[in-house]
Amino acid sequence: MAELRDTLATARTEAEPAGAPAASANQAAVARAMRRRGDESRFWWLTPTLYIIFLMLPIYWLINMSFKTNTEIVTTMTLYPHAPTLRNYQIIFSDPSWYSGYINSITYVVMNMVISVSVALPAAYAFSRYRFLGDKHLFFWLLTNRMAPPAVFALPFFQLYSAFGLIDTHIAVALAHCLFNVPLAVWILEGFMSGVPKEIDETAYIDGYSFPRFFFKIFMPLIASGIGVAAFFCFMFSWVELLLARTLTTTDAKPIAAVMTRTVSASGMDWGLLAAAGVLTLIPGALVIWFVRNYIAKGFALGRV
Amino acid sequence: MDRTWNNKAWFMVLPVLVLVAFSALIPLMTVVNYSVQDTFGNNQFFWAGTEWFEEILHSDRFWQAMGRNLIFSAIILAIEVPLGIFVALNMPRSGWGVPVCLVLMALPLLIPWNVVGTIWQVFGRSDIGLLGYYVNAIGIDYNYVRDPIDAWVTVIIMDIWHWTSLVVLLCYAGLVSIPEAYYQAAKIDGASRWAVFRYIQLPKMNRVLLIAVLLRFMDSFMIYTEPFVVTGGGPGNSTTFLSIDLVKIALGQFDLGPAAAMSIVYFLIVLLLSWVFYTVMTNYDAER
Repeated sequence: MAELRDTLATARTEAEPAGAPAASANQAAVARAMRRRGDESRFWWLTPTLYIIFLMLPIYWLINMSFKTNTEIVTTMTLYPHAPTLRNYQIIFSDPSWYSGYINSITYVVMNMVISVSVALPAAYAFSRYRFLGDKHLFFWLLTNRMAPPAVFALPFFQLYSAFGLIDTHIAVALAHCLFNVPLAVWILEGFMSGVPKEIDETAYIDGYSFPRFFFKIFMPLIASGIGVAAFFCFMFSWVELLLARTLTTTDAKPIAAVMTRTVSASGMDWGLLAAAGVLTLIPGALVIWFVRNYIAKGFALGRV
Repeated sequence: MDRTWNNKAWFMVLPVLVLVAFSALIPLMTVVNYSVQDTFGNNQFFWAGTEWFEEILHSDRFWQAMGRNLIFSAIILAIEVPLGIFVALNMPRSGWGVPVCLVLMALPLLIPWNVVGTIWQVFGRSDIGLLGYYVNAIGIDYNYVRDPIDAWVTVIIMDIWHWTSLVVLLCYAGLVSIPEAYYQAAKIDGASRWAVFRYIQLPKMNRVLLIAVLLRFMDSFMIYTEPFVVTGGGPGNSTTFLSIDLVKIALGQFDLGPAAAMSIVYFLIVLLLSWVFYTVMTNYDAER
């Protein structure tokens, strides 16, 4: 038991970001200054600032529009709402056909997240710890599904899910999104799991842990950040995808992104309402991103940095 | 890591296998089935052999869409990768700026793709959009609905806005993994800024850059939603990429045969690219 605790402690320290090596404090400070600023220029902050402004401008414009009346949007060019109104948001929050879009989206996204991560966990463990017949081919086949254009699958999905009577249900979209999310989750988790030394598994078995007990009690806490990142990426890719989600739903499970197209009506576009609906779709992403901010990059690198 | 040989590991992979087979193999077989048959409605099918494939491979429309897609991918890679590296190099490495930068930069990645389209559709309009209005105000005639070049510029800037952060985040992750000692050594040797970049930072970013380039290439090769929302493939066919064309044929005109044949050709191309990606990646791992 003591042995296991030691190995765990080592693993934890190894998992920590590498601190500065034992160099003299002065040298370390110089080097840190170099790293922080990139080069000796005093204007290092200029690039990130300009880039962020470039990113935020279109988003600002959307938020700006969402607080305007349609008359103000169409007739004048104002940089901020002169007559701010909450009318657009009120419509969304009071009309079930609008806000149920959000509930639908979140329902299938969460379903997909749970399914993807729970099937990917054992598979990723198998890929990171064992060699077996056809493992490399299988891994490649999974990868091809991440790379498959959703447009190719739109029509056959529709027919497949029709045959099973699943059209217009949340589970249909959740299953369809597994096509690209399961491979992604396997990849990310495999990357994180390979970073955990194998000695931990072996020590646990020597200490008499059964596999399930080891997996849930020891292994999963060790890769908790990996699970978080995989879940985040499943959330993200399911949240942003629309082609399949729209093809597989008609009314009861229609995602918010598809409901948005309703703003085009005979009397012209309801720009304010469209903008308000768009702003509301940014919020879930912005919220979850905060929790994984330190691991986002590692996730995008499929757990391999 | 040396892994032990254990065929029982297949049982752990089984759930993934079943799930992905259901959502990938069966639909793919449906597509194969349609691609060799012809239909006159009423669910009556006739054997058509390779007719659809010949039609697709000889049609200008397919090759033009393919050409547009390749040009688009080349342009955005040529802009996004250097820009992403540049921004990553200038990002703060410690302090309060790090989380702020990371969160703000990652934000466009989490916006539903059709909302991205909507944002740019509005932003670029010359009557109510900030960009369109002021570009026209300074005397440049800009209208992405009518002018093919303006439409292309809009779609490209939109993609840069949407995805450059991916390159930034990946490069940043590569940069922070460089040990402090490397920079100390460079400082002692009096290495120039360029030398630090060329001989320390770039080699360390190799791997993440590879992932960035290949992910961006794949995703731009199957881009659908964003340009569809902004331009609808127009004006004319100028921004009709492969995916847009495919959905037009399959769900718009319901020409199952040609659509299925096109899907297969498209999928085979992606498969080939994935294979190149995978081989390069695993070889790179082996060398390390």
